[in-house]
Order: sequence, then structure tokens, then C-alpha cells
Amino acid sequence: MELLTDLMSNFWIALVLKLLVVALIIPLIGMVIGFAEMKLSAKMQARVGPYFAGGRWGWAQLIADGVKFFQKEDLIPRDADRPVFKVAPIVVMAGTVALFVVIPWGPGVIFRDLDIGIFYALAISSLTTVGVLMAGWASGNKYSLIGGLRAAGQLIAYELPLVFSAVAVVIMAGTMSMQGIVEAQVSAGYPFVLLQLVGFVVFMIAALAELSRIPFDLPIAESELVMGYLTEYSGFRFLFFFLAEFANMFSMSAIAVTLFLGGWHLPGIPADVLEFAGPLILIGKSFLLVFAMIWFRWTFPRVRQDQLQSLAWKWLIPISLANVILTGVFKVVL
Amino acid sequence: MSTYFESYLTVGAFVALGAVLVLVMLGVAAVLRPSKPKMTKAEIYECGVDPVGTGWSQTYVRYFVFGLLFLIFDVEAVFVFPWAIAAEELGMFGLIAIILFTLTLVEGLVYAAKKGVLQWE
Repeated sequence: MELLTDLMSNFWIALVLKLLVVALIIPLIGMVIGFAEMKLSAKMQARVGPYFAGGRWGWAQLIADGVKFFQKEDLIPRDADRPVFKVAPIVVMAGTVALFVVIPWGPGVIFRDLDIGIFYALAISSLTTVGVLMAGWASGNKYSLIGGLRAAGQLIAYELPLVFSAVAVVIMAGTMSMQGIVEAQVSAGYPFVLLQLVGFVVFMIAALAELSRIPFDLPIAESELVMGYLTEYSGFRFLFFFLAEFANMFSMSAIAVTLFLGGWHLPGIPADVLEFAGPLILIGKSFLLVFAMIWFRWTFPRVRQDQLQSLAWKWLIPISLANVILTGVFKVVL
Repeated sequence: MSTYFESYLTVGAFVALGAVLVLVMLGVAAVLRPSKPKMTKAEIYECGVDPVGTGWSQTYVRYFVFGLLFLIFDVEAVFVFPWAIAAEELGMFGLIAIILFTLTLVEGLVYAAKKGVLQWE
């Protein structure tokens, strides 16, 4: 512990350690969520799911899939815009990794507590969609292009409810720093979801749309667009889009937990235990939300493009704006 | 080194890590994977039938008006954040200002809705 604090005081050594940690946890999270998605989907459909790989429960299924992707031929379609086609997964992964900078894991445990934490998180999370649009354009495939454009349309519709429901939390906390928001909830004694239930619901709907998970998975929509923007990708480039999706599911949930559900704090746990239990609490809460996302996948049918747009513009944006104003009134008047 | 600079160096390093992860994994895979290029493999996939026309086709981006609306509201969001942090200090003055500011923008949304922009034909 002593040694670790010594090492972390040097900025450059700390930076390298942080990069190593994040390079390890992103694939790990991807595998856990990927496996959870397979098993839970199977349970909800009364199937068995992965069964043979690794013996019991088919726990090695994701590892086997990873090895399989290593052996896949790297195909680039003839009509593709080659440089853009190759850069697209890089943009997606860069956005995904950069989002992890501001996730507060525990008291004082954060890769970097930026002053503009939540603002940065919302901004960098839309970088993934730029990568998706690039992938859709560069594939030289009609369906990919439509998928990419749908992703862009979805981003602009659901970015606003996401931002405005976060603004309401910023008003309550009085800071944009992610650790500051958690500490505001600790000192208030309650998670903000109690007063921001509307904001939380809007945030989760918008987050689902940003992640293009069912019921908002129009950019992929297998029954309409083959596989959307992913159609022409194979091997590791394909895998990285999936890894980014799973990692983003986690980081979006972690941000929702930080904003609304009290982050790494659980009432009744003493401060010295929280030092170690903080990350576990945050991960536990986040995985609950991830579970809900997988659950929704087998509960709701896919919305139509016009329903998607009118839900955002006619309902979510006015509701979240009213929520901001109401929160402001409460904060100033009371 | 200032904390400000350190913060954004960290962000830059994380962004670079994303790129490095992809490039390293693709490099490793390049050693292991087979490479037998064929004309048919480079063909565009349209569920097995021969692709129709070229890959890029004209499509009507219905939601481009939403793009314009989005631009206005996104700029608003940037202006709301500074107020949100200082809501308590600015007090009544700030609150009334932000309500007027929001109402002006909502008026635009109502106008667009009345014009039938939000309706899909």
C-alpha cells in the first residue's frame, strides 16, 4: 500500500499504471457482460445458452470466441473507402477508453477527477457515434450507410435529454466533478434519484438510445439492414465494435449510478470500509443497470424510426427541460 | 507541471490507448490469420444476392431538420451548465434569466412542431 502511494505520486508512473489497469479492465468487462448477455438471454428464452466451452456453464465461451476472431481473415470490400474503414474502429475504441477517465470507483479512486467531469463524459460518449457513422459511410454498402445515418439521427435526438437530465443533477450537486457529485450525495444523505426520479428515467431511456440497445437498435436492425454499419466488418475490427458496445454499457451505467444512485457510497457502511468496498459497490450497482438493459432487450419490441424521433422531441426533451427548471426553482427558492 | 495540463495529458493518453489497443490486436491477428484474397470475398454483402448498383446510393435524410433543431438546443445546453453550477449564488436573478432563456428556445421547438416538422409523413 505504502509503495503504491509512493508510485502514484509520480505523474508519469501513475499514468502508465492507469493505462495498464484500463487496458485490462475493458476487455474483462466486455467478457463479463458478453457472457452475461448470452446466459441471461438464454434464461429469458428458456434455452440453455453456451454449454460446452470450458466445461461447466460454458464459462470459456467468450475466450473461445476471442481466439476465433484472431484467425478470421481481414476482409475489406472492394468499394470501401479504405482509410476511413480502417480508422472507424479506432475512433470507436478511443471514445470508449476515454470515457473511463472520469468514472469514480471509490473515495479518491478515479483515473482523473476532471473539473468538468460530467460535461466531458457526455461529450466524449458521442465520439463513438462518429466512429459508427464513419463505419457506415466507409463500407460502401447501402445498408451500412443507412445504419450509420440512423445512428447519427439517434445521437442528435437523444443527446439532449441525456444532457438536460445531467444538468438537473449538476444543479443539485453544485459541481460538475464526478467525485464532487458523489460527495454531494454522501453529504446530502440520500441518492439524488429520490428527488430526480424523472431525470433518472429520462437518462436511462436516452442512454439506451445512445448505446443503440433494443428497443432503440435501429442502426443495426437485423431484419431491415442485414447488420447495419457492422455488415462489412470481420475479424478483430468487428470484435472491437462489440467490445466497445459492452464497455460503453458498463460506463454509461456507471455514470448513471454516479449521477443518481449515490456512486460508490452505500448508507450505513463506515468510511474506512468504503476505501476498499467502494469499487465493488460501484461495479455492483452498475451491473444491476446492465442487467436491466439486457432484460429490456427481451421485453420490448424495436421502435420505428419516426416513433424514435417523436419520443425524443415531443416527450423527453420537454420533460427534461421542465425538470431542469423545476430543480432550479427548488434549489433557489427552498 | 500544472494540474490542468496533467488532466488533459491523461485524457490524451487514454484516447491514444484506444488507438493502440486496436492497432496492437490487429497486428497480432495479422500474424495468425490466413490471407487468401478473392474477388468474391471483396464483394459487398447484401444477404447473398448480387449487389444492386454501386455501394453508395442516394437516400433521403428525413431528420436533417432535427439536426438544425439539435444545434440550437445543444448550444443552449452549454450555456445552462455554468448557471447550473452557480445556481445557488446567482439566486433569483439567475433563475429568472435561465427560465426566460429556456422559454425562448422552447418557443422555437413549439414553432417547429406547429409547422409540422416533427411529424413524419
